[in-house]
Amino acid sequence: MALLQVENLCMDFGGLRAVDQVSLSVEDGEIVALIGPNGAGKTTFFNCVTGHYAPTGGEIVISPPQGERARIDGLKPNRVTALGLARTFQNIRLFPAMTVLENVMIGRHCRTRTSLLGAILRGPGTRRQERETIDTSYRLLEKVGLLDVADEFARNLSYGGQRRLEIARALATDPFLLLLDEPAAGMNPQETRELDELIVRIRDEEGLAILLIEHDMPLVMNLSDRIYVMEYGCKIAEGTPQQIRSNPRVIKAYLGEQDDA
Amino acid sequence: MRLVGRSLLVGLWFMFLTLPLLAVRVNTITETVEWRWLNLVWVGLGTFILSLALALWRQRSESQPQRDDGEGDITPRWRERLFHDQTVYRPLLIMALLATLLLPWLVDIYQINILVLALIFVVLGLGLNIIVGLAGLLDLGYIAFFAVGAYTYALLNINLDLGFWAALPLGGLAGAFFGLLIGFPVLRLRGDYLAIVTLGFGSIVKIVIENEDELFYGAMGIADIPRPGLLGLDLSLDQSTLYTYYLVVALALLAIFVTNRLKDSRLGRAWIALREDEIAAVAMGIDMAKCKLSAYAFGAFWAGLVGVLFAARNTFIHPNSFTFAESALVLSMVVLGGMGSIVGVTLAALILVLLPEYLQGLAEYRMLVFGGVMVAMMVFRPHGLISPSRRRYTRPQAQGEEG
Repeated sequence: MALLQVENLCMDFGGLRAVDQVSLSVEDGEIVALIGPNGAGKTTFFNCVTGHYAPTGGEIVISPPQGERARIDGLKPNRVTALGLARTFQNIRLFPAMTVLENVMIGRHCRTRTSLLGAILRGPGTRRQERETIDTSYRLLEKVGLLDVADEFARNLSYGGQRRLEIARALATDPFLLLLDEPAAGMNPQETRELDELIVRIRDEEGLAILLIEHDMPLVMNLSDRIYVMEYGCKIAEGTPQQIRSNPRVIKAYLGEQDDA
Repeated sequence: MRLVGRSLLVGLWFMFLTLPLLAVRVNTITETVEWRWLNLVWVGLGTFILSLALALWRQRSESQPQRDDGEGDITPRWRERLFHDQTVYRPLLIMALLATLLLPWLVDIYQINILVLALIFVVLGLGLNIIVGLAGLLDLGYIAFFAVGAYTYALLNINLDLGFWAALPLGGLAGAFFGLLIGFPVLRLRGDYLAIVTLGFGSIVKIVIENEDELFYGAMGIADIPRPGLLGLDLSLDQSTLYTYYLVVALALLAIFVTNRLKDSRLGRAWIALREDEIAAVAMGIDMAKCKLSAYAFGAFWAGLVGVLFAARNTFIHPNSFTFAESALVLSMVVLGGMGSIVGVTLAALILVLLPEYLQGLAEYRMLVFGGVMVAMMVFRPHGLISPSRRRYTRPQAQGEEG
């Protein structure tokens, strides 16, 4: 059973069909890429999966490694996150006036429980939980290489640093599937290479699957086990990087008329 | 030279601005207009010198960073020590506490009364700080919760003969309940729209109280509300005022303690995250409805609580004590103090209540000075007296190596 199974997903905005009958699946431990020209509906697709939009048609089913099958289309985003799907945003959305560490600690929110009274009295249970939250957050910061800026405000981070912080924050929610929306956007080649390594490391060490939207072709071809291609809201191709590279429709739609890949 | 010219212009401009207020006076007895030109000269001279000094100071501070850029500026480090070094802030806190406790023995009863009012506003400021400062929900009708608390006590006392101590928690709960009531319909609203709805809510509460004679005694207000009781003892007016002072000090300390704990808790962080970026916060698994409602309920709780004390202190309450002006006053405490900063809001509340009291010598120019202070704040400290600092957390011991 696939971790994430999307069947015939549709999303209408008034008379505009932004996502049209798209099906997609992600298996355990896979890195899957979703590519397509600007405006193809990739981010809308993401927003439907993570609950920011309620899709107008189709269904989204998850089967987490631990836990039972569940339909998640139409659920609120915080419920989706609690079930184990975490995402990053195309236009970085951090909490700028909080420290880097606190940003990651927010990710632990849905995995911890403290009542109002518990927070005020700060009993041993609460303290233990706080300690655990802090330790986990530091571990994640170390993983993405932001340990030495943990006490900086998030807004003071470099662009690449902010992107990596978003990934750390998403990881803090203990997901089984990580959805990355253009993680390499605006990065230089050096940073992109580091990101490439980071994504593979996350998959291997945390044992989770990754679904990513990306425009950086070398990164996508290098990283992905499978690729889905969208154009004008429809899925036009799917397959391994080799298959996609030689698919004439994809080349025409996305990579340009001349194939030099 | 250019600076002098500019300062001269500023001086002239201020002379022009204050002309109707300071220079022209209609003598109502002789029915003549008096022209007090000397006042105007003083205003012009004063603003000229101040603006020149300001310009020179600006010029100096602008050229400074180039001289010692290796060092960085001193102020953040000083602040760092003040807020993060226990050996520095502990004694300061203890001194402040001692001063608060000893103060009523040094001043007369009139001053104590003012201090009680100032501390009531400290608690209000801290409560609103939760809603506006931490959760980022602009509330222009906060004083309504204060009214709810005050009227809860007054009405419970009249109808059920309930004492102060029984009414205190009930007032807080009533405030929290009304917080939830207003919180539900405005969950989806943000920014300006939210401000308008809360403004309306504040007015509705006042107007309802004012026009409902049967239940709330309308525009007559409610008189003869008992002062706080102490184990059934008979207290004189002075003793009772002193007692009220210590009560409100205790309440303010409780509010500071609790909001300080909450600020750096799981819930407090969630509030701040919602303020910073709602979409990201929700994507991180934060339940928006629950968080916003808890912020409203908890912020309103303090207003209700201290509202009971306000009614007991004044022994008389009237709908006119709960107008938009009071809401705006509390809001300006939060903004002036620095959104989310507990020390800042406390200071600002004290300043905003005490300053006008002690500026009464300036009588008619009071609001002018007040406005001047506001403008100065905007120029020099646009983020409030004390911008909120975030807590540092120690790294786990197990992995000590630098990353």
